[in-house]
Amino acid sequence: MKLHLRVWRQASGGVRGEMVAYEVDDVSPDMSFLEMLDVLNERLTLEGEEPIAFDHDCREGICGMCSLVINGTAHGPQKATTTCQLHMRSFNDGDTIDIEPWRARAFPVIKDLVVDRSAFDRIIQAGGFISAPTGSAPDAHATPVPKADADDAFEAATCIGCGACVAACPNGSGMLFTAAKITHLGLLPQGQPERDARVIDMLHAHDEAGFGGCTNTGECTQVCPKGIPLASIARLNRDYRDAVKRA
Amino acid sequence: MAVSGALLIGFLFLHMIGNLKIYFGASSFDSYAHWLRKIGEPILPYSGFLWIQRVVLLVAIGAHIWAATSLAIAARKARPVAYAHRPKVQGSYAARTMRWGGVIIALFVVYHLLDLTTRHLNPVADTNQAFGAVTADFAPGRWYVTLFYTLAVVMLGFHLRHGVWSAFQTLGWKFPRTVALAVSVLLCAGFLMVPLSVMFGIIK
Ligand code: HEM
Ligand code: FES
Repeated sequence: MKLHLRVWRQASGGVRGEMVAYEVDDVSPDMSFLEMLDVLNERLTLEGEEPIAFDHDCREGICGMCSLVINGTAHGPQKATTTCQLHMRSFNDGDTIDIEPWRARAFPVIKDLVVDRSAFDRIIQAGGFISAPTGSAPDAHATPVPKADADDAFEAATCIGCGACVAACPNGSGMLFTAAKITHLGLLPQGQPERDARVIDMLHAHDEAGFGGCTNTGECTQVCPKGIPLASIARLNRDYRDAVKRA
Repeated sequence: MAVSGALLIGFLFLHMIGNLKIYFGASSFDSYAHWLRKIGEPILPYSGFLWIQRVVLLVAIGAHIWAATSLAIAARKARPVAYAHRPKVQGSYAARTMRWGGVIIALFVVYHLLDLTTRHLNPVADTNQAFGAVTADFAPGRWYVTLFYTLAVVMLGFHLRHGVWSAFQTLGWKFPRTVALAVSVLLCAGFLMVPLSVMFGIIK
Protein backbone atom coordinates (compact mmCIF):
# COMPACT_ATOMS: atom_id res chain seq x y z
CA MET A 1 0.00 0.00 0.00
CA LYS A 2 1.01 3.59 -0.63
CA LEU A 3 -0.29 6.24 1.73
CA HIS A 4 -0.33 10.01 1.90
CA LEU A 5 0.00 11.17 5.51
CA ARG A 6 -0.52 14.60 6.96
CA VAL A 7 0.99 14.68 10.42
CA TRP A 8 0.97 17.37 13.11
CA ARG A 9 4.58 18.46 13.73
CA GLN A 10 5.41 20.73 16.63
CA ALA A 11 8.96 20.96 17.97
CA SER A 12 7.89 21.67 21.57
CA GLY A 13 5.04 22.95 23.70
CA GLY A 14 5.68 26.64 23.31
CA VAL A 15 6.10 26.88 19.55
CA ARG A 16 3.67 26.82 16.65
CA GLY A 17 2.99 23.56 14.89
CA GLU A 18 1.62 22.59 11.48
CA MET A 19 0.39 19.67 9.44
CA VAL A 20 3.26 18.23 7.35
CA ALA A 21 2.73 15.90 4.36
CA TYR A 22 4.64 12.58 4.04
CA GLU A 23 4.41 9.77 1.51
CA VAL A 24 4.82 6.22 2.80
CA ASP A 25 5.31 3.36 0.30
CA ASP A 26 5.42 -0.38 0.93
CA VAL A 27 2.93 -0.43 3.76
CA SER A 28 1.71 -3.94 4.48
CA PRO A 29 -1.98 -4.30 5.42
CA ASP A 30 -0.83 -6.47 8.34
CA MET A 31 1.20 -3.68 9.95
CA SER A 32 -0.27 -1.96 12.93
CA PHE A 33 -0.81 1.77 12.64
CA LEU A 34 2.17 2.42 14.92
CA GLU A 35 4.39 0.06 12.90
CA MET A 36 3.51 2.10 9.83
CA LEU A 37 4.73 5.19 11.70
CA ASP A 38 7.86 3.26 12.78
CA VAL A 39 8.63 2.59 9.11
CA LEU A 40 8.26 6.28 8.30
CA ASN A 41 10.38 7.25 11.31
CA GLU A 42 13.21 4.91 10.25
CA ARG A 43 13.29 6.60 6.89
CA LEU A 44 13.18 10.09 8.43
CA THR A 45 16.07 9.15 10.74
CA LEU A 46 18.15 7.85 7.82
CA GLU A 47 17.44 11.04 5.92
CA GLY A 48 18.66 13.04 8.89
CA GLU A 49 15.22 14.40 9.75
CA GLU A 50 13.66 14.50 13.20
CA PRO A 51 11.41 11.41 13.63
CA ILE A 52 7.76 11.95 14.55
CA ALA A 53 7.22 11.72 18.30
CA PHE A 54 4.18 9.67 19.37
CA ASP A 55 3.21 7.89 22.58
CA HIS A 56 3.09 4.11 22.90
CA ASP A 57 4.10 1.43 25.36
CA CYS A 58 2.43 -1.99 25.51
CA ARG A 59 1.15 -2.07 21.92
CA GLU A 60 -1.36 -4.61 23.22
CA GLY A 61 -4.27 -2.27 23.86
CA ILE A 62 -3.99 -2.42 27.64
CA CYS A 63 -1.73 0.36 28.89
CA GLY A 64 -3.48 3.48 27.57
CA MET A 65 -0.32 5.18 26.30
CA CYS A 66 -1.04 5.35 22.58
CA SER A 67 -3.27 8.13 21.33
CA LEU A 68 -3.64 9.83 17.89
CA VAL A 69 -6.66 11.37 16.28
CA ILE A 70 -6.82 9.66 12.89
CA ASN A 71 -8.93 11.39 10.23
CA GLY A 72 -10.82 13.23 12.95
CA THR A 73 -11.53 10.14 15.06
CA ALA A 74 -9.70 9.35 18.30
CA HIS A 75 -7.95 5.96 17.92
CA GLY A 76 -9.06 5.79 14.29
CA PRO A 77 -11.90 4.13 12.40
CA GLN A 78 -12.17 0.80 14.22
CA LYS A 79 -14.59 0.77 17.16
CA ALA A 80 -13.44 -0.33 20.63
CA THR A 81 -9.80 -0.45 19.49
CA THR A 82 -6.72 1.48 20.56
CA THR A 83 -4.43 2.99 17.92
CA CYS A 84 -1.78 0.33 18.64
CA GLN A 85 -4.30 -2.40 17.83
CA LEU A 86 -5.52 -0.72 14.66
CA HIS A 87 -4.15 -2.34 11.49
CA MET A 88 -3.47 -0.89 8.10
CA ARG A 89 -6.05 -3.22 6.56
CA SER A 90 -8.59 -0.69 7.88
CA PHE A 91 -7.30 1.68 5.16
CA ASN A 92 -7.07 1.53 1.38
CA ASP A 93 -4.15 1.92 -0.99
CA GLY A 94 -3.74 5.59 -1.90
CA ASP A 95 -5.65 6.93 1.17
CA THR A 96 -4.81 10.29 2.67
CA ILE A 97 -4.62 10.00 6.46
CA ASP A 98 -4.59 13.00 8.81
CA ILE A 99 -2.87 12.36 12.14
CA GLU A 100 -3.25 14.82 15.01
CA PRO A 101 -2.66 14.80 18.75
CA TRP A 102 -5.44 14.83 21.38
CA ARG A 103 -6.65 18.44 21.38
CA ALA A 104 -7.49 19.87 24.80
CA ARG A 105 -6.26 22.72 26.96
CA ALA A 106 -5.82 20.22 29.79
CA PHE A 107 -3.64 18.03 27.50
CA PRO A 108 -0.97 20.42 26.18
CA VAL A 109 1.24 19.18 23.35
CA ILE A 110 4.76 18.24 24.49
CA LYS A 111 6.06 17.40 21.04
CA ASP A 112 4.42 16.43 17.73
CA LEU A 113 1.73 13.90 18.66
CA VAL A 114 2.69 13.53 22.33
CA VAL A 115 0.49 15.31 24.87
CA ASP A 116 0.83 15.73 28.62
CA ARG A 117 -2.00 13.77 30.24
CA SER A 118 -1.01 14.44 33.85
CA ALA A 119 -4.34 16.25 34.30
CA PHE A 120 -5.82 12.75 34.60
CA ASP A 121 -3.30 11.95 37.34
CA ARG A 122 -4.47 15.01 39.24
CA ILE A 123 -8.08 13.82 39.01
CA ILE A 124 -7.00 10.42 40.37
CA GLN A 125 -4.96 12.06 43.14
CA ALA A 126 -8.06 14.00 44.18
CA GLY A 127 -10.01 10.84 45.01
CA GLY A 128 -9.45 7.95 42.63
CA PHE A 129 -8.27 5.60 45.37
CA ILE A 130 -9.42 3.74 48.48
CA SER A 131 -7.74 4.10 51.84
CA ALA A 132 -8.74 0.71 53.29
CA PRO A 133 -5.63 -1.37 54.03
CA THR A 134 -5.84 -4.12 51.44
CA GLY A 135 -3.09 -6.46 52.64
CA SER A 136 -2.88 -9.74 50.77
CA ALA A 137 -5.68 -10.92 48.51
CA PRO A 138 -8.81 -11.66 50.60
CA ASP A 139 -10.77 -14.91 50.39
CA ALA A 140 -12.97 -14.90 47.33
CA HIS A 141 -16.30 -14.52 49.12
CA ALA A 142 -15.19 -12.79 52.31
CA THR A 143 -16.91 -9.57 51.18
CA PRO A 144 -20.04 -10.33 49.18
CA VAL A 145 -20.64 -8.05 46.18
CA PRO A 146 -23.92 -8.29 44.23
CA LYS A 147 -23.30 -9.73 40.78
CA ALA A 148 -24.77 -6.74 38.93
CA ASP A 149 -22.56 -4.32 40.88
CA ALA A 150 -19.48 -6.44 40.29
CA ASP A 151 -20.21 -6.51 36.55
CA ASP A 152 -20.68 -2.74 36.32
CA ALA A 153 -17.60 -2.07 38.46
CA PHE A 154 -15.49 -4.41 36.30
CA GLU A 155 -16.75 -2.81 33.12
CA ALA A 156 -15.80 0.66 34.45
CA ALA A 157 -12.45 -0.64 35.72
CA THR A 158 -11.43 -1.53 32.17
CA CYS A 159 -10.82 2.20 31.53
CA ILE A 160 -7.15 2.55 30.60
CA GLY A 161 -7.10 6.34 30.99
CA CYS A 162 -5.97 6.99 27.43
CA GLY A 163 -7.92 10.26 27.12
CA ALA A 164 -9.73 9.47 23.86
CA CYS A 165 -12.98 10.59 25.54
CA VAL A 166 -11.54 14.08 26.00
CA ALA A 167 -10.13 14.13 22.46
CA ALA A 168 -13.52 13.26 20.95
CA CYS A 169 -15.68 15.44 23.19
CA PRO A 170 -16.91 18.62 21.47
CA ASN A 171 -16.75 20.23 24.93
CA GLY A 172 -13.25 18.94 25.71
CA SER A 173 -14.71 17.30 28.82
CA GLY A 174 -13.08 14.49 30.79
CA MET A 175 -16.34 13.31 32.31
CA LEU A 176 -16.33 9.75 30.93
CA PHE A 177 -12.92 9.09 32.46
CA THR A 178 -13.95 10.60 35.80
CA ALA A 179 -17.26 8.71 35.73
CA ALA A 180 -15.50 5.42 35.03
CA LYS A 181 -13.42 5.84 38.21
CA ILE A 182 -16.44 6.93 40.26
CA THR A 183 -18.39 3.89 39.05
CA HIS A 184 -15.55 1.46 39.52
CA LEU A 185 -14.75 2.51 43.10
CA GLY A 186 -18.23 3.61 44.20
CA LEU A 187 -19.92 0.30 43.43
CA LEU A 188 -17.58 -1.82 45.57
CA PRO A 189 -17.70 -2.10 49.37
CA GLN A 190 -14.07 -0.99 49.70
CA GLY A 191 -14.91 2.26 47.96
CA GLN A 192 -17.65 3.35 50.37
CA PRO A 193 -15.76 5.30 53.07
CA GLU A 194 -14.58 8.01 50.65
CA ARG A 195 -17.54 7.83 48.30
CA ASP A 196 -18.97 11.31 48.93
CA ALA A 197 -15.64 13.13 49.15
CA ARG A 198 -14.40 11.27 46.07
CA VAL A 199 -17.03 12.53 43.66
CA ILE A 200 -16.84 16.12 44.93
CA ASP A 201 -13.04 16.26 44.92
CA MET A 202 -12.58 14.49 41.59
CA LEU A 203 -15.10 16.76 39.86
CA HIS A 204 -13.37 19.76 41.35
CA ALA A 205 -9.99 18.54 40.08
CA HIS A 206 -11.56 17.85 36.68
CA ASP A 207 -12.82 21.44 36.37
CA GLU A 208 -9.58 22.91 37.79
CA ALA A 209 -7.57 21.10 35.11
CA GLY A 210 -9.38 23.05 32.40
CA PHE A 211 -11.65 20.34 30.99
CA GLY A 212 -15.00 21.52 29.63
CA GLY A 213 -18.45 20.64 30.97
CA CYS A 214 -20.32 17.49 29.92
CA THR A 215 -23.45 17.93 27.80
CA ASN A 216 -24.03 14.20 27.26
CA THR A 217 -23.26 14.33 23.54
CA GLY A 218 -21.98 10.75 23.72
CA GLU A 219 -19.04 11.17 21.33
CA CYS A 220 -16.81 9.81 24.12
CA THR A 221 -18.34 6.31 24.31
CA GLN A 222 -18.18 6.04 20.54
CA VAL A 223 -14.38 6.27 20.53
CA CYS A 224 -13.66 4.65 23.92
CA PRO A 225 -11.44 1.62 23.25
CA LYS A 226 -13.02 -0.08 26.27
CA GLY A 227 -16.62 0.89 25.57
CA ILE A 228 -17.22 2.64 28.91
CA PRO A 229 -20.99 3.36 28.81
CA LEU A 230 -22.56 6.82 29.09
CA ALA A 231 -24.70 5.52 31.95
CA SER A 232 -21.60 5.83 34.12
CA ILE A 233 -21.93 9.62 33.79
CA ALA A 234 -25.51 9.39 35.11
CA ARG A 235 -24.10 7.43 38.05
CA LEU A 236 -21.48 10.12 38.67
CA ASN A 237 -24.22 12.76 38.64
CA ARG A 238 -26.29 10.73 41.08
CA ASP A 239 -23.33 10.25 43.40
CA TYR A 240 -22.64 13.97 43.22
CA ARG A 241 -26.27 14.83 43.97
CA ASP A 242 -26.33 12.49 46.98
CA ALA A 243 -22.95 13.72 48.22
CA VAL A 244 -24.03 17.36 48.08
CA LYS A 245 -27.26 16.53 49.91
CA ARG A 246 -25.35 14.78 52.68
CA ALA A 247 -22.58 17.35 52.91
CA MET B 1 -29.91 23.36 32.02
CA ALA B 2 -31.97 20.37 33.15
CA VAL B 3 -34.19 22.16 35.67
CA SER B 4 -34.99 25.18 33.48
CA GLY B 5 -35.53 22.84 30.54
CA ALA B 6 -38.02 20.81 32.60
CA LEU B 7 -40.05 23.96 33.32
CA LEU B 8 -40.09 24.87 29.63
CA ILE B 9 -41.23 21.38 28.65
CA GLY B 10 -44.02 21.65 31.22
CA PHE B 11 -45.15 24.84 29.51
CA LEU B 12 -44.93 23.21 26.08
CA PHE B 13 -47.22 20.36 27.15
CA LEU B 14 -49.86 22.70 28.53
CA HIS B 15 -49.53 24.94 25.48
CA MET B 16 -49.93 22.00 23.11
CA ILE B 17 -53.02 20.73 24.93
CA GLY B 18 -54.46 24.25 24.93
CA ASN B 19 -53.87 24.58 21.18
CA LEU B 20 -55.72 21.33 20.54
CA LYS B 21 -58.87 22.95 21.96
CA ILE B 22 -59.12 24.60 18.56
CA TYR B 23 -60.72 21.38 17.31
CA PHE B 24 -63.73 22.14 19.52
CA GLY B 25 -64.58 25.24 17.52
CA ALA B 26 -64.14 28.99 17.58
CA SER B 27 -66.16 29.80 20.70
CA SER B 28 -64.51 27.03 22.72
CA PHE B 29 -61.00 28.19 21.72
CA ASP B 30 -61.71 31.86 22.28
CA SER B 31 -63.26 31.24 25.67
CA TYR B 32 -60.21 29.14 26.57
CA ALA B 33 -57.99 32.13 25.68
CA HIS B 34 -60.30 34.34 27.75
CA TRP B 35 -60.20 31.88 30.67
CA LEU B 36 -56.37 31.96 30.62
CA ARG B 37 -56.65 35.63 31.51
CA LYS B 38 -59.22 35.09 34.25
CA ILE B 39 -57.27 32.44 36.21
CA GLY B 40 -56.93 33.48 39.83
CA GLU B 41 -59.53 36.23 39.67
CA PRO B 42 -60.56 38.04 41.81
CA ILE B 43 -57.41 37.62 43.95
CA LEU B 44 -55.30 38.27 40.86
CA PRO B 45 -56.16 41.06 38.42
CA TYR B 46 -57.29 40.23 34.86
CA SER B 47 -54.33 38.62 33.02
CA GLY B 48 -52.55 38.42 36.39
CA PHE B 49 -51.81 34.71 36.19
CA LEU B 50 -50.65 35.08 32.60
CA TRP B 51 -48.09 37.67 33.67
CA ILE B 52 -46.85 35.51 36.56
CA GLN B 53 -46.45 32.65 34.11
CA ARG B 54 -44.62 34.95 31.68
CA VAL B 55 -42.17 35.99 34.38
CA VAL B 56 -41.54 32.35 35.35
CA LEU B 57 -41.01 31.44 31.68
CA LEU B 58 -38.66 34.37 31.15
CA VAL B 59 -36.59 33.38 34.19
CA ALA B 60 -36.47 29.77 32.95
CA ILE B 61 -35.49 30.85 29.43
CA GLY B 62 -32.86 33.19 30.88
CA ALA B 63 -31.40 30.43 33.06
CA HIS B 64 -31.46 28.00 30.14
CA ILE B 65 -29.59 30.41 27.85
CA TRP B 66 -27.16 31.40 30.59
CA ALA B 67 -26.27 27.76 31.32
CA ALA B 68 -25.93 26.96 27.62
CA THR B 69 -23.71 29.97 27.02
CA SER B 70 -21.39 29.22 29.92
CA LEU B 71 -21.07 25.60 28.74
CA ALA B 72 -20.27 26.80 25.22
CA ILE B 73 -17.65 29.23 26.53
CA ALA B 74 -16.09 26.50 28.71
CA ALA B 75 -16.01 24.22 25.65
CA ARG B 76 -14.18 26.86 23.59
CA LYS B 77 -11.65 27.39 26.34
CA ALA B 78 -11.15 23.66 26.77
CA ARG B 79 -10.01 23.22 23.14
CA PRO B 80 -7.92 26.24 22.12
CA VAL B 81 -6.48 24.53 19.01
CA ALA B 82 -9.12 23.05 16.71
CA TYR B 83 -8.67 19.80 14.78
CA ALA B 84 -7.46 20.24 11.21
CA HIS B 85 -9.55 17.23 10.19
CA ARG B 86 -13.04 18.01 11.38
CA PRO B 87 -14.26 15.17 13.60
CA LYS B 88 -17.29 13.42 12.20
CA VAL B 89 -20.42 13.14 14.33
CA GLN B 90 -20.48 9.62 15.72
CA GLY B 91 -22.86 10.04 18.62
CA SER B 92 -26.29 11.52 18.13
CA TYR B 93 -27.02 14.14 15.50
CA ALA B 94 -29.61 15.74 17.79
CA ALA B 95 -26.96 16.17 20.49
CA ARG B 96 -24.65 17.99 18.12
CA THR B 97 -27.26 20.51 17.00
CA MET B 98 -28.33 21.64 20.48
CA ARG B 99 -26.56 25.01 20.39
CA TRP B 100 -27.61 26.22 16.95
CA GLY B 101 -30.97 24.54 17.36
CA GLY B 102 -31.52 26.46 20.58
CA VAL B 103 -30.73 29.75 18.86
CA ILE B 104 -33.16 28.97 16.04
CA ILE B 105 -35.91 28.03 18.52
CA ALA B 106 -35.31 31.30 20.42
CA LEU B 107 -35.65 33.30 17.19
CA PHE B 108 -38.82 31.37 16.41
CA VAL B 109 -40.27 32.25 19.83
CA VAL B 110 -39.62 35.95 19.17
CA TYR B 111 -41.37 35.70 15.81
CA HIS B 112 -44.17 33.66 17.36
CA LEU B 113 -44.80 36.25 20.11
CA LEU B 114 -44.95 39.06 17.55
CA ASP B 115 -47.32 36.88 15.54
CA LEU B 116 -49.85 35.34 17.91
CA THR B 117 -49.41 37.26 21.17
CA THR B 118 -48.84 40.90 20.17
CA ARG B 119 -50.30 40.33 16.65
CA HIS B 120 -47.84 42.69 14.99
CA LEU B 121 -47.21 40.10 12.28
CA ASN B 122 -50.70 38.61 12.26
CA PRO B 123 -53.54 39.60 9.91
CA VAL B 124 -55.99 39.69 12.88
CA ALA B 125 -55.19 42.55 15.24
CA ASP B 126 -58.11 42.03 17.67
CA THR B 127 -56.59 40.10 20.58
CA ASN B 128 -60.01 38.84 21.67
CA GLN B 129 -60.08 36.67 18.58
CA ALA B 130 -57.67 33.80 19.17
CA PHE B 131 -59.40 31.41 16.75
CA GLY B 132 -59.54 34.02 14.00
CA ALA B 133 -55.86 34.84 14.43
CA VAL B 134 -54.76 31.19 14.18
CA THR B 135 -56.94 30.40 11.18
CA ALA B 136 -55.85 33.56 9.35
CA ASP B 137 -52.22 32.88 10.21
CA PHE B 138 -52.04 29.44 8.66
CA ALA B 139 -54.39 30.09 5.73
CA PRO B 140 -53.23 28.34 2.52
CA GLY B 141 -52.16 31.68 1.00
CA ARG B 142 -49.70 32.10 3.88
CA TRP B 143 -48.12 28.67 3.33
CA TYR B 144 -44.68 30.12 4.15
CA VAL B 145 -45.83 30.81 7.73
CA THR B 146 -46.92 27.20 8.12
CA LEU B 147 -43.64 26.06 6.61
CA PHE B 148 -41.63 28.16 9.03
CA TYR B 149 -43.66 26.90 12.00
CA THR B 150 -43.14 23.34 10.79
CA LEU B 151 -39.37 23.75 10.51
CA ALA B 152 -39.20 25.37 13.96
CA VAL B 153 -41.26 22.60 15.58
CA VAL B 154 -39.18 19.87 13.94
CA MET B 155 -36.06 21.65 15.22
CA LEU B 156 -37.70 21.70 18.66
CA GLY B 157 -38.31 17.97 18.29
CA PHE B 158 -34.59 17.34 17.75
CA HIS B 159 -33.77 19.64 20.66
CA LEU B 160 -36.09 17.73 22.98
CA ARG B 161 -35.05 14.33 21.74
CA HIS B 162 -31.58 14.92 23.14
CA GLY B 163 -32.61 17.41 25.82
CA VAL B 164 -35.17 15.24 27.63
CA TRP B 165 -32.80 12.29 27.87
CA SER B 166 -29.84 14.48 28.76
CA ALA B 167 -31.76 16.22 31.55
CA PHE B 168 -32.45 12.89 33.24
CA GLN B 169 -28.82 11.87 32.78
CA THR B 170 -27.67 15.15 34.35
CA LEU B 171 -30.00 14.71 37.30
CA GLY B 172 -28.51 11.26 37.83
CA TRP B 173 -31.14 8.92 36.42
CA LYS B 174 -30.62 6.36 33.71
CA PHE B 175 -33.38 7.07 31.21
CA PRO B 176 -34.38 5.17 28.06
CA ARG B 177 -33.70 7.20 24.92
CA THR B 178 -36.84 5.80 23.34
CA VAL B 179 -39.01 7.58 25.94
CA ALA B 180 -37.30 10.88 25.10
CA LEU B 181 -37.97 10.18 21.43
CA ALA B 182 -41.63 9.44 22.21
CA VAL B 183 -41.99 12.70 24.16
CA SER B 184 -40.58 14.75 21.31
CA VAL B 185 -42.64 12.97 18.63
CA LEU B 186 -45.77 13.52 20.72
CA LEU B 187 -45.06 17.23 21.16
CA CYS B 188 -44.14 17.68 17.50
CA ALA B 189 -47.32 15.96 16.34
CA GLY B 190 -49.51 17.89 18.78
CA PHE B 191 -48.08 21.24 17.74
CA LEU B 192 -47.96 20.54 14.00
CA MET B 193 -51.53 19.28 13.80
CA VAL B 194 -53.03 22.73 14.27
CA PRO B 195 -51.22 24.74 11.56
CA LEU B 196 -51.46 21.83 9.11
CA SER B 197 -55.18 21.34 9.81
CA VAL B 198 -55.80 25.01 9.13
CA MET B 199 -53.72 24.99 5.99
CA PHE B 200 -55.50 21.93 4.58
CA GLY B 201 -58.94 23.23 5.48
CA ILE B 202 -59.74 20.77 8.27
CA ILE B 203 -60.23 23.68 10.67
CA LYS B 204 -62.12 26.60 9.17
C1 HEM C 1 -46.98 25.21 16.10
C2 HEM C 1 -48.11 25.48 16.66
C3 HEM C 1 -48.34 26.60 17.65
C4 HEM C 1 -49.49 27.35 17.68
C5 HEM C 1 -50.71 27.20 16.77
C6 HEM C 1 -49.33 28.29 18.76
C7 HEM C 1 -50.32 29.23 19.09
C8 HEM C 1 -50.18 30.18 20.07
C9 HEM C 1 -51.17 31.18 20.42
C10 HEM C 1 -52.57 31.34 19.76
C11 HEM C 1 -50.66 31.94 21.43
C12 HEM C 1 -51.34 33.12 22.14
C13 HEM C 1 -52.10 32.62 23.33
C14 HEM C 1 -52.85 33.74 24.00
O1 HEM C 1 -52.26 34.84 24.16
O2 HEM C 1 -54.01 33.53 24.38
C15 HEM C 1 -49.33 31.44 21.74
C16 HEM C 1 -48.50 31.94 22.72
C17 HEM C 1 -47.21 31.45 23.00
N1 HEM C 1 -46.57 30.36 22.38
FE1 HEM C 1 -47.33 29.24 20.88
N2 HEM C 1 -48.10 28.10 19.36
C18 HEM C 1 -47.45 27.07 18.72
C19 HEM C 1 -46.18 26.59 18.99
C20 HEM C 1 -45.32 27.09 19.98
C21 HEM C 1 -43.98 26.59 20.27
C22 HEM C 1 -43.31 25.44 19.52
C23 HEM C 1 -43.48 27.36 21.30
C24 HEM C 1 -42.12 27.29 22.01
C25 HEM C 1 -41.04 26.77 21.54
C26 HEM C 1 -44.49 28.31 21.64
C27 HEM C 1 -44.36 29.28 22.64
C28 HEM C 1 -45.31 30.23 22.95
C29 HEM C 1 -45.14 31.26 23.96
C30 HEM C 1 -43.87 31.46 24.83
C31 HEM C 1 -46.32 32.02 24.00
C32 HEM C 1 -46.61 33.21 24.89
C33 HEM C 1 -47.30 32.81 26.14
C34 HEM C 1 -47.66 34.05 26.95
O3 HEM C 1 -48.25 34.96 26.39
O4 HEM C 1 -47.31 34.06 28.12
N3 HEM C 1 -45.59 28.12 20.84
N4 HEM C 1 -49.05 30.36 20.91
S1 FES D 1 0.27 1.27 23.43
FE1 FES D 1 -0.64 0.45 25.23
S2 FES D 1 -2.73 0.69 24.78
FE2 FES D 1 -1.84 1.26 22.90
